[in-house]
Amino acid sequence: MGGAILQRGGGLALYAAVARGGFRRYVTYRTATAAGVFTNTVFGFIIAFTYQALWDERPQLGGYDQAQALTFVWVGQALLATVSLVVGGGLDELQERIRNGDIAVDLYRPADLQLWWLAADLGRAACQLLGRGVLPMAVGALAFDLALPAAPGLWAAFLVSVVLAVTVSFGLRYLVALTAFWLLDSAGVAVLSGLAAMFFSGMLLPLRAFPDGFGEVVRMLPWASVLQVPADVLLGRYQGAAVLGALGFQAGWAAVLLAVGRLVQSAATRKVVVQGG
Amino acid sequence: MTADQVDGQVDGNGPEFIALEGVEKVFRVRRKAGRLRRVKQEVRAVDGIGFRIGRGEMVGYIGPNGAGKSTTIKMLTGILVPSGGRIRVAGIDPSKERTRLARRMGVVFGQRTTLWWDLPLKDSYELVRRMYRVPHDTYRKNLDRCVELLDLGPLLDAPVRQLSLGQRMRGDIAAALLHDPEVLYLDEPTIGLDVISKARVREFLREVNATLGTTVLLTTHDLTDIEQLCRRVMVIDHGRLMYDGALDGLHGIGGSERTLVVDLERELPPIEGVPGARTVKVEGPRQWLAFPATQSAAPVVAAVAERWPLVDLSVREPDIEDVIARMYTRSAPKPRTPEAR
Repeated sequence: MGGAILQRGGGLALYAAVARGGFRRYVTYRTATAAGVFTNTVFGFIIAFTYQALWDERPQLGGYDQAQALTFVWVGQALLATVSLVVGGGLDELQERIRNGDIAVDLYRPADLQLWWLAADLGRAACQLLGRGVLPMAVGALAFDLALPAAPGLWAAFLVSVVLAVTVSFGLRYLVALTAFWLLDSAGVAVLSGLAAMFFSGMLLPLRAFPDGFGEVVRMLPWASVLQVPADVLLGRYQGAAVLGALGFQAGWAAVLLAVGRLVQSAATRKVVVQGG
Repeated sequence: MTADQVDGQVDGNGPEFIALEGVEKVFRVRRKAGRLRRVKQEVRAVDGIGFRIGRGEMVGYIGPNGAGKSTTIKMLTGILVPSGGRIRVAGIDPSKERTRLARRMGVVFGQRTTLWWDLPLKDSYELVRRMYRVPHDTYRKNLDRCVELLDLGPLLDAPVRQLSLGQRMRGDIAAALLHDPEVLYLDEPTIGLDVISKARVREFLREVNATLGTTVLLTTHDLTDIEQLCRRVMVIDHGRLMYDGALDGLHGIGGSERTLVVDLERELPPIEGVPGARTVKVEGPRQWLAFPATQSAAPVVAAVAERWPLVDLSVREPDIEDVIARMYTRSAPKPRTPEAR
């Protein structure tokens, strides 16, 4: 099925070009990037100090020592913009195009809507990983004693995990954006989904620090793929083949969410095509 | 022989390129009726339209707001499914094979853009090239022509958000033509543009139609667009085709009038005795003379200038709403669709 969808558009080369465009586009937002780096760094310090106090009281909370907990904080800040946890990222624009009817223009083009936006979002994420991820992480590493791995293999696995995290996050945000086909104003859904993502991804507190039963359930949800899993991969919580299992967990959610997105997309298209905008 | 060839010769290679038969589009809307009650209501946006457009024709499609113009265009592009009737574009049913048809058509919506907002114009063109798989030579040739005729050279490196409306419109028209479409749909391509931009867009469309033989269907509110571009005009109102023929015929049927506004040296009694014209309004030294839109203004101007102290003058064209309103009152019971081409 994937091949057929790809061929309907301009093929892989088209989506690669879309991803490059998404990247270049975010390069132009220099002021926003600088402001974002500043915000992420400040919040990194605030949360890091809070965690220091918490881990002084409860050493080994969630099975992390203090250095690992602090690393978790800075990984979270570095990935915040990349996985687009709080704000909708580039998909706010999709939502707006659906709302004002510009989506009609997108529908008559010989390209797949979901793949187009996924490609653009991966481009955006790559730009924000470099622009808004590296610097806060470096500052965090200088200011605190972090538990960053030396093994290049772990870093490689981490990168793969981040790509999957972005894809899962895209899958969630794409569904939120598509609600605009049915709701006049889907801003409420976006806020709700942002809050859920914040809490269930581990951004506020690592999911392993949650009480047993609840924690186990939460770690099975798609949001866990967005931050908890990449952070644990980097911290070396998975040994050997377990790393593949973690990446498989992310890939599974990515596949499920993209498939659901396709179903909703075809229902939305049918609605528009049959009933008008 | 396929069924298409039997019942209409619409295989995309013959002279008939677009064919509509009894096409309808009914929208179901819910209306408030009381506090909680909702009443389902049917809105017939397009109510039994039929027309044929030949390959290489350039046709104006006009009508008041909400007449069904955009709905027709959306059905032609395949993004709306008709509720009834039959549509063929190049022998293809648009809503069934939207993507296949997409490669053969170009669409420009005056109030929407396909360009990438924050990136340079040329990046959007690069995406179009890949999306439509345009061969390099063709792309180069088409881009060069658009750049030259639409004067896009200085704009190619500018982010789209920095372009003026007229520049963006030119950019959008070029984007719609890079893949050599056989048919171009333009929905209000000159809306909001200044006089110079309008002239440039018209000149370009005429050139494309003449040299490439691209079939063009355009909707507009500006009668000048039609006058300068289209030999054939179709008028739609309340979802029905009211007229299909030459622009002159439209004026004739509507009995529409042009207005000659003259400024005289001083206040004078209403001008009389000008053949074909009658004075409809006097305000100080300024007088308004109405004459049939099918008639030339020259003899009227000459007759006035000969006998009255003329200081200044201007001619006002009938506007589209006016023409249609007149036509509607005259032929209300049955829509008139002369066979004239």
